[in-house]
Amino acid sequence: MARVAQVRKTAMMGDEAVAYAVKQADVDVVAAYPITPQTIIVERLSEYVADGELNASFIQAESEHSAISICVGASLAGARVFTSTASQGLALMHEILHAASSMRAPMVMAIANRALNSPLNIHCDHSDVMNARDTGWIHLFATDVQEAYDLTLMAFRLGEDRRILLPVSVNLDGFILSHSVEPLEVLPDHEVPEFLPPKDYPYAIDPSRPATYGAMALPDTYMEFRLQLHEALQKVPSVWGEVSRSFEEVSGRRYSMVKSFAVDGSDAVVVALGSTYGTLKHVARRLRDEGLRVGVASLTMYRPFPEDVLARMLGDVKAVVVMDRAYSYGGLGGPLYTDILSTLYRNGVEIPVLNVVYGLGGRDFTVRDAEEVLRMAAEGAERGGFPEKVVWWGVRR
Amino acid sequence: MIEVRWHGRGGQGVVTGSNLLARAAILEGKYAQHFPEFGPERSGAPVRSYTRISNQPIELHTGVYNPDIVVVIDPTMARNPEGFVQGLKRGGSLVLNYAGDVGRLSHIAGELDVKVHVVNAHRISLEEVGRKIYNVPMLAALARASGLVGLEAVKSALRSRFSGEALEINLRLLEKAYREVESLA
Repeated sequence: MARVAQVRKTAMMGDEAVAYAVKQADVDVVAAYPITPQTIIVERLSEYVADGELNASFIQAESEHSAISICVGASLAGARVFTSTASQGLALMHEILHAASSMRAPMVMAIANRALNSPLNIHCDHSDVMNARDTGWIHLFATDVQEAYDLTLMAFRLGEDRRILLPVSVNLDGFILSHSVEPLEVLPDHEVPEFLPPKDYPYAIDPSRPATYGAMALPDTYMEFRLQLHEALQKVPSVWGEVSRSFEEVSGRRYSMVKSFAVDGSDAVVVALGSTYGTLKHVARRLRDEGLRVGVASLTMYRPFPEDVLARMLGDVKAVVVMDRAYSYGGLGGPLYTDILSTLYRNGVEIPVLNVVYGLGGRDFTVRDAEEVLRMAAEGAERGGFPEKVVWWGVRR
Repeated sequence: MIEVRWHGRGGQGVVTGSNLLARAAILEGKYAQHFPEFGPERSGAPVRSYTRISNQPIELHTGVYNPDIVVVIDPTMARNPEGFVQGLKRGGSLVLNYAGDVGRLSHIAGELDVKVHVVNAHRISLEEVGRKIYNVPMLAALARASGLVGLEAVKSALRSRFSGEALEINLRLLEKAYREVESLA
């Protein structure tokens, strides 16, 4: 039986919760650019450092590109590293995101997901992280404030594992989670090192043992390096199992790669990322009482993509609706939709799949919206198909 | 689940008021959620914020469209409360920062079938501290009128957020406003 530590129930905003987890993780280096689209996360961390509550170097960079570059150097030197950004800030980091993963520099970055320009918008959607989808990072998504805290702690342990050595992003919906106060159970400080021992980086820069980092690789070796990156990501699911079991021992909370509600025995499932899961679940509970056989699922881990779990979960349902808060312009639909289509196709599951593109630039996804989507999913299961492939939800034409 | 919608102007602490209400409820062992609605962040522009309080875990992450309670913390907005009651449930409550006689609001109470509670947070804050502080007195009025959270929990929430003179001022405003709430039966 899991041993659950004495918990303290408190109230925090999502960004405060992330900062608190980072403090408890006892990071060595925080590098960040402090202006919009920044959140309170790094503001709190700078206070923790200034007040002597966190013994770390807080480095204020002149741009996000520099912030992430500092993080790569510090990580390779063996430091435990954290940064945070969103939206245009993440876009500006893009070049170095690739370097961080392929130089195998573990670090944790919180992304308070926000839309990209243009038009100018500061509100939630997932365009920022989807733009970073193929950078070789591990991408985790929180559905509430508690998960933002928990996943931040788990991200350090996962990324720093010797079998993995990769950067991890913890995504929390901008404003919807980053600026929401919710109840939070935090681990007592003394329990954290038990779950998350100090970073032990096997290739830390050491002047007494000179080595080359970020070397050039010509066509005869480049592909081998890139394959290693892919193979490291493929090891993540099994390491995640260990990390989540270990986290459950200290917290009592269990995290699978895909979380779900009432999927077993349902005719239709709606799949989403982030805080929308809670709204869908809230409404699905009521609709199931009315006899509608719908379930809801959400990916805690988006990269590496939990193909096997999803293939099993969706293998017996009659229809799926995939919710995307981002779009692949000129492509087939939203990124989660095409991932799930591919998963179903190559696992021999032939069922109708509808893509609902919603909530771009922070447009609210209401209880009424959730009800309509869940009913559409059930209808698709009943009729054996959907009238359209992709719906831009609630858009005026 | 009780849903509260706060109205006010940028700079008046609408978001902090809602934030403190959620913290107070959580300190009392309830489930609560505070969620601000950010528009263009300009001083003086209309601002909304939402609070949910429940005995069950709150899974919703969306705006409040049919509030049980509407709080208007800006006195110029509260002069015309008709503009802020959209979606307010019948049997719900309207809590206003209002200088006039509460009896003048009986037509709204009747039309909407809601209870109306007022406190003159404008006068109280000018008298007590010489400047306009609306959010904490209105939080006091909301707590008194609704019974959603106890005064002690609100004080604890204030202590978790403020210290020194700011705390002392807010505690004074809280007590004073709590005593002066008037309700239209």
